[in-house]
Amino acid sequence: MDLVSEDRLAKMQPVEKIRFIIDEIKDGKILVLEKGLTPEEEATLIEMTMTQIEPDEFAGIEMESYPSQTETSLLGKLLKKNVVRTRLTVIGPANKLKTLKKDRDMISALVSNK
Amino acid sequence: MGVMGSFKKFFKRMFNKKNARIGIYGPPNAGKTTLANRILRDWTGDAMGSVSHIAHETRRARRREGVTIQSNGGSISLDIIDTPGLATKIDFHEFMELGMNEAESKRRAKEATEGVIEAVKWLENLDGVILVMDATEDPYTQVNVTVIGNMEARNLPLLIVANKTDLPESSATSIREAFPQHPMVAISALEGKNIDTFYDEVAKRFG
Repeated sequence: MDLVSEDRLAKMQPVEKIRFIIDEIKDGKILVLEKGLTPEEEATLIEMTMTQIEPDEFAGIEMESYPSQTETSLLGKLLKKNVVRTRLTVIGPANKLKTLKKDRDMISALVSNK
Repeated sequence: MGVMGSFKKFFKRMFNKKNARIGIYGPPNAGKTTLANRILRDWTGDAMGSVSHIAHETRRARRREGVTIQSNGGSISLDIIDTPGLATKIDFHEFMELGMNEAESKRRAKEATEGVIEAVKWLENLDGVILVMDATEDPYTQVNVTVIGNMEARNLPLLIVANKTDLPESSATSIREAFPQHPMVAISALEGKNIDTFYDEVAKRFG
């Protein structure tokens, strides 16, 4: 399991982040991202994951993040772009990581060593 | 509605005659196509697509333009997009467990991955989302969290539907408590339970 600091991900462009996460997960690693991903990055990660699925090789990912917290401002409303405060996220291969229970502030997961 | 909302509505009416594009999103088997069929049957007499107890029955997004919904003495016209179920994993073995042969299961899984990609791409081209959740399931799925986050980041309207309230184990309350910042309506798309309240909310949120 790798714990990835906010600084490490902040240095990467969105596309690099997604590539890094996919590569690590396909290597069988479980990543704990200190600051998580933006909702747009999460959507891109789901999209990219779908392109990588191969029968009997890679079934996809398990991703666990908390509901994001949005800071609304007048400028954000005008530009239709709010600032989203991202939160800790755990991502791993679907065959190794399983969410047991999740709520607003707590995630319980099972990690297996298949 | 605040001053801002009134201005937005006024300018929209003056300069933008396009229908709002509303995507129906949710995890597989939440009842998205059942809801889309219910909307179309109620307002156009038609249907959107087939439904199945096997996940990922809808593997291509389907759009129906100009669906006019009447509510509260007024009417709104929407383009409705029924999207494939969003997922972070698709394992063909799960289809085999439900009785499909290996080739069929692999083909369904492949098409399902393409459907998810299509659904994600649609997110960037919508004016609002109806997020359908299965009220018998845990609401904190990653799909729900990601869709809600995307709508919040883009400041677009979202209506949460707690579906399957005809089932005794359903709990719309747990959905409301999970995402209290968004409007929610509890329905049974299958039986049409509380569907008028749903149309009122649609008109309020997307009109």
